[in-house]
Amino acid sequence: MEIVLAIVTGILYAAGIYMMMRRSIVKLIIGVILFSNGVNLLIFLSGRLKKGKPPIIPESSDVFLELYTDPIPQALILTAIVISFGLQAFAIVLVKRAYKVLKTDDLDQLNTTDEDT
Amino acid sequence: MWPLIVHLFFSLILMFGWQNLRLQKSVTIIANFVSLAVAIFLFVHIYNNGTQTVAAGGWEAPFGIVFVGDLFAATLVLLTAISGLAVSIFTVVSVMNARLRFGFFSVFHFLLLGLNGAFLTGDIFNLYVWFEIIIISSFVLISIGGEKNQLEGAVKYFALNFMASMIFLTGLGLLYGLTGTLNMADLSVKIADVDSRPLVDICAVLFFVGFGIKSAVFPLYFWLPASYHTPPSAVSAIFAGLLTKVGVYALIRVFTLIFIEDLFLQSMILSIAILTIVSGAFGALINTNLRKIFSYLIICHIGFIIGGLGVYTEVAIAGALFYLIHDIIVKTNLYLISGLIYRIKGGTNIQNLGNIYKDYPKISVVIAIVLFSLVGVPPLSGFWPKISLFKASFINGNYWYLGALIFGSLITLIIVAKIWAEVFWKNADTLQPTKRFIQFDKLSNLQRSQFVVPIIFLAVISLYIGLGAEHIQNLVTQIAHDLKDNQSYINAVLNQEQ
Repeated sequence: MEIVLAIVTGILYAAGIYMMMRRSIVKLIIGVILFSNGVNLLIFLSGRLKKGKPPIIPESSDVFLELYTDPIPQALILTAIVISFGLQAFAIVLVKRAYKVLKTDDLDQLNTTDEDT
Repeated sequence: MWPLIVHLFFSLILMFGWQNLRLQKSVTIIANFVSLAVAIFLFVHIYNNGTQTVAAGGWEAPFGIVFVGDLFAATLVLLTAISGLAVSIFTVVSVMNARLRFGFFSVFHFLLLGLNGAFLTGDIFNLYVWFEIIIISSFVLISIGGEKNQLEGAVKYFALNFMASMIFLTGLGLLYGLTGTLNMADLSVKIADVDSRPLVDICAVLFFVGFGIKSAVFPLYFWLPASYHTPPSAVSAIFAGLLTKVGVYALIRVFTLIFIEDLFLQSMILSIAILTIVSGAFGALINTNLRKIFSYLIICHIGFIIGGLGVYTEVAIAGALFYLIHDIIVKTNLYLISGLIYRIKGGTNIQNLGNIYKDYPKISVVIAIVLFSLVGVPPLSGFWPKISLFKASFINGNYWYLGALIFGSLITLIIVAKIWAEVFWKNADTLQPTKRFIQFDKLSNLQRSQFVVPIIFLAVISLYIGLGAEHIQNLVTQIAHDLKDNQSYINAVLNQEQ
């Protein structure tokens, strides 16, 4: 299972970066979304996968008797998902606004900031 | 902990006063005075009693999230409060009301909240969360107003900063997988036990790239000159003073606490610093827009600080910290000055400017002090850190870095001379008054003083940094000592009971 998820993470990273390199702004956003999902999966994997174990240690046991699921990565992912969701929502609005004002979605056309005014 | 609450509290109050601009303007200035007072209190307290920690929710380190106020963090919180105050006074008059109406001040306080949080946190994931607060508020600030080049700058700024966060998060995930902890002090202890050093190096590089994009080092800085000149000057001022510096803070913190003493990392940081200085200097030379020149100067001087980290001796780190302190104040002030010049002349292209010395001799003298501090004319503030940096790089035999430092300083001198000659001394035609804003000489006295007072305030502080260099030098030496020998930080976090 871990190897499958590792490959999926790799694919998400690659696809995300590929999309970010494209010229269209919308594809930039898609790339950003894929990339952030890849990162989330990576954090998930970094806690190692334990199938069907609760993230709880019984109160009576002083030592770890058996493997338990690490709850921290899941908490981290939850935070990261919420944050990246907010950022993506902002990005979509920003891109729509930029498209309306600039009348182009081609990143190569975005070069007025390089000119001297 | 307190500076955070102040900003959160006031930004919430400001949200309620969404429609009432006069109320918002006065509340924001009061808020910044309060936060300055709190920051001074925190600084004095930490200076006298050593590192303070607060464990959020009563969960002890290394399990819960801790806030750690060591001297380094407290200094930066103090500097944040100082430049926040100056910028807020400047904002009230210089930014157009149409922009302020969209919750500008509320977002501004969220930005300061994020900065303070990033400085004070002792947990690496929490650092990521604060970074996100910073960048999302900065996205709003940079795109508020919605002008053409502003939105364009915002898209570029967004794409690269989001990328930076994700790379940082990747490094963080890998690091957690290796060590199983997120507390920075605990990481510092456990990272020594990790067997596979290549993986640790990969993490370090991911962290370096993530923070490097934020602090605009050599191959990753292109978003900065493309976006910093587009928002109003007050916004650029807070970005220039603090946003890139928070990346530098994170770099210094992570590379002194977690990834330590590694020849590979040191040489990587040093070579990147040299390239940053050189490329920033060239960029500043060829531009004619005042604000773009300042953007490239930021990049150039980031190289100075990073290089000090790369040399990695106590003297070098002390020099880098001194430069950081000096740079925050001066860079904030430079952008405020560019806003003032824009208001006086209606443009920032130095080819069209002139006559300012003739028309406003007193303001020009203040600006001259700032510009000379930037260059580092003794005894002003840029001079002292450069001595430490020169000395450290000379002793360690980092001659390339030494050369780059001299080169960077020389170019800065040329640029400042150029600015002075073109903007202040040159005779120029009076520009056509534009209809977009009221010209500076038509403003009331109160409004004019609100333009000038923040600039004088920051100029006085940089004068103090220059003339009272002994105090600052003692301070940075102590911070550098604490950073180099990170045992005191670790002890303060992990053994709160003793």
